[in-house]
Amino acid sequence: MATTENLPSPTAERPIGFGRLKRKEDARFIRGQGTYLDDIRLPGMVHGAILRSPYAHARIVSIDTSRALAHPNVAAVVTAKDLETLGLAWMPTISYDTQAVLAGDKVRFQGQEVAFVIATDEYSANDALQLIDVEYEPLPAIVNARKALDPDAPLIRDDKIGQRDNLASPTWEAGDEAATDKAFAEADTVVTRDIIYPRCHPAPLETCGMIADFNPKTGQLDIYNGNQAPHAHRTVYAHVAGLAEHMIRIRCSDIGGGFGNKVPVYPGYVCAIAGSIVAGVPVKWVENRSENLMSTGFARDYLMKSEICAKDGKITGLRVDVIADHGAFDSTAQPTKFPAGFFHIVCGSYDLQASHVKVKAVYTNKAPGGVAYRCSFRITEAVYLVERMVEALALEMKVDPIDLRMRSFIKPEQFPYETTTGWTYDSGNYAETMKVAMEIAGYDELRREQKEKRARGELMGIGVSFFTEGVGAGPRKHMDILGLAMNDGADLRVHPSGKAVVSISAQTQGQGHETTFAQIVAEELGIPPEDVEVRHGDTDKSPYGLGTYGSRSTPVSGAAVAVVSRKVRDKARLIAATMLETRPEDLAWEKGRWYVKGDPEKGAMIEDIALRAYSGEAMPEGLEGGLDAQVIYDPPNLTYPYGAYIAVVDVDPDTAQVTVRRFIAVDDCGVRINPMIVDGQIHGGLAEGVGIALMELISFDEEGNCLNSSFMDYLIPTALECPSFELGETVTPCPHHPLGAKGVGESPNVGSPPAIVNAVIDALYETHGVEHLDMPCTPARVWAAMQGRPEPPQ
Amino acid sequence: MQVSMTINGEQVSHDVEPRLLLVHYIRETVGLTGTHWGCDTSNCGACVVLIDGRPVKSCTTLAVMADGHEVRTVESLEVDGELDPIQMGFHERHALQCGFCTPGMLMTTRALLDENPNPSDLEIRTAISGAICRCTGYMNIVSAVQWAAQYEAAAKREA
Repeated sequence: MATTENLPSPTAERPIGFGRLKRKEDARFIRGQGTYLDDIRLPGMVHGAILRSPYAHARIVSIDTSRALAHPNVAAVVTAKDLETLGLAWMPTISYDTQAVLAGDKVRFQGQEVAFVIATDEYSANDALQLIDVEYEPLPAIVNARKALDPDAPLIRDDKIGQRDNLASPTWEAGDEAATDKAFAEADTVVTRDIIYPRCHPAPLETCGMIADFNPKTGQLDIYNGNQAPHAHRTVYAHVAGLAEHMIRIRCSDIGGGFGNKVPVYPGYVCAIAGSIVAGVPVKWVENRSENLMSTGFARDYLMKSEICAKDGKITGLRVDVIADHGAFDSTAQPTKFPAGFFHIVCGSYDLQASHVKVKAVYTNKAPGGVAYRCSFRITEAVYLVERMVEALALEMKVDPIDLRMRSFIKPEQFPYETTTGWTYDSGNYAETMKVAMEIAGYDELRREQKEKRARGELMGIGVSFFTEGVGAGPRKHMDILGLAMNDGADLRVHPSGKAVVSISAQTQGQGHETTFAQIVAEELGIPPEDVEVRHGDTDKSPYGLGTYGSRSTPVSGAAVAVVSRKVRDKARLIAATMLETRPEDLAWEKGRWYVKGDPEKGAMIEDIALRAYSGEAMPEGLEGGLDAQVIYDPPNLTYPYGAYIAVVDVDPDTAQVTVRRFIAVDDCGVRINPMIVDGQIHGGLAEGVGIALMELISFDEEGNCLNSSFMDYLIPTALECPSFELGETVTPCPHHPLGAKGVGESPNVGSPPAIVNAVIDALYETHGVEHLDMPCTPARVWAAMQGRPEPPQ
Repeated sequence: MQVSMTINGEQVSHDVEPRLLLVHYIRETVGLTGTHWGCDTSNCGACVVLIDGRPVKSCTTLAVMADGHEVRTVESLEVDGELDPIQMGFHERHALQCGFCTPGMLMTTRALLDENPNPSDLEIRTAISGAICRCTGYMNIVSAVQWAAQYEAAAKREA
């Protein structure tokens, strides 16, 4: 059975590096031998379950736990009162807000945590939830972000001293207002739209959970958890629980998908820790699917009032005013200085004259979050907005949407390019990538087909999007989360036999780090990737770093691994010089070996150098033994991957069902380390994009009841809704990343929804006059739009 | 209640609560954690096992309903160190990422190939439409099943 494709065999003389290497981690997963959180059982372990609020907004009059406590299998019931004595009733969020661990005064969203039961088994714990009596006094709920700012709107966060309205943060701005006004005044075409990116949910297939094991004798807290940033979580627990950070160990073994949902610290985690401190035994808590959808980090929920303008056939200005719905607690995941994340990227891939962006965030009686869903800090909302607006502008100008983009793109010679909102894009050749997508799609032929079909009464649409993302947060001079620099560590040890272990702070949730990062070391040191073990997911065994989200693994952690490998290589050079009795500067490198310049036969393999480094032989003057190194990588800038996407849809004229017939995705993510894994990432993100565009929605009724709290109502695309994706690539290396890589994980999720929605509108504009639609494009909503009464979500 | 069944060819027998779900019986009582749980509502398919050769969602099946039946889980696919072709196909075609849906997908597609050794693209997509994969976008899963089908056909020809 071949293990590689398009690559020399690993047993060949020259070891392999980059390429389509099959994944190392598959071996355990295809045998059902992965170790996900719920697979772990510790001796003496008990089980927790959470009682949740049935109301979106209500005062808690009383909580009576006596009947639950009388249950023979119940060990303890924890409420806000108990947590207060431990100082754990409230916890900080990653946006410097506070969030109730268990509600004491009132509940602020349906599904909020009210009590935590610990019992011998999961079934008993859930039985006991029914035995807790809570008396509520219901209050009016606010589920509409616009209404949250009405002067007579009930105050949601009356727990915060000085809070008099439902504003969650001061208005944040970027760009130049006056210059934007000027661009609009000079424009010959202006288009205005209210664009909604509705609330959706990352919904990883494995829900969230934790096992907390506090040892009262030693003070050691062992945590088993599937989270995307174990080191940052440990620091947060040290602050929240007042425990010594070095006495906390977090182990994240295999994680069944994250997509941003496993970035935050959730109340259930703190409950499990408090439960273990109280009960003195390990406590496992795993949420069910409804709990995951109703209470953990949702995504998006941006209401965007937007204007775009053009002059002389080119896009010139953009003005955006956003209301961001953050739910009951502001736990949106953003770097400290960027309360609206990287929404700046809203100017897209275009050379604009000016832009101005305003975002204000509000509290509502909805679940907190605003975490990414495969999105680097609000870039998805920004890309959706600009790509919908460009399409609307093209409709108004009666020009081909690709022509308008081509005329307005930032040109290759303009890089590094400073945008009108202050980002510095690193590199790109946008027109080239757009052309590749047009070629794969057969764009002109598709337009001809569309015309013919229209004549027959068939509805076919072609939608385009061109996105630029900023990923790989980030430079410590610009960004941090909760005061923690967004850097990543790597620790590389080459053993005497030439086999290596690299420990990283990134945390895979399926991205294939064990393979990709081994390939980076293999490429840099010239040893086979099979000989490189990648360690991660254990705070005791990996260097500090901020984890995996925002497409930052390869841009930051991957760079750390490349740099640490080069550091080891440099040390190997000094040792090789001693071995070869020459000077280091007289040596040249080829994969796996230092050799004497001018005498290539004379050289030392990395394995021999490693053996020497640990042997009794002399080391170079002043150099310590061993062959290892450690680095913390601080990226000089974000990386800016981009792509051109084309969706082809058919709309059933009788049922308004949208089918994505073809999807063409041409990504430029710089240098690709493992193209097979990159393609896989793109496939997965595109499927999520199909879901977001057509079916995924978290909505609420007027009383704040969550209407999409199971997979019966929160629809995720299956194999029947996803087409076979057609991928292409261009490669524009990142100038500041040591490998030229840019990151790709989120691109497909970011770029695909606008392409699909643009395609649906393209299918319906000429025949039905549909100029605008909000996601998800369900048959009911598309049908309403076809009848001339589009309904926004909510 | 007493339940008895064979799981992966081994006879098991336990006294269980009537309400115990088969997925919990397999994972907690028997201790085979390869079968996963993902949704509670029969939508995601992470919990699919074979009962008498047919794919069944074990999260909405009571353990007592499997009494007297033959249950197969993902742990049964590899025999004496030989991977099942469907396992090989998933590895060859990069048909898994986080691996959480994989056991259910493997059992679902194993059952498909047992019934239909040469399925079309649409037949494969229909067969796995009761299973959600959040990572792969399904394309490589379809390709993996085709790989396994071809592998099995070639093996048959040789035999």
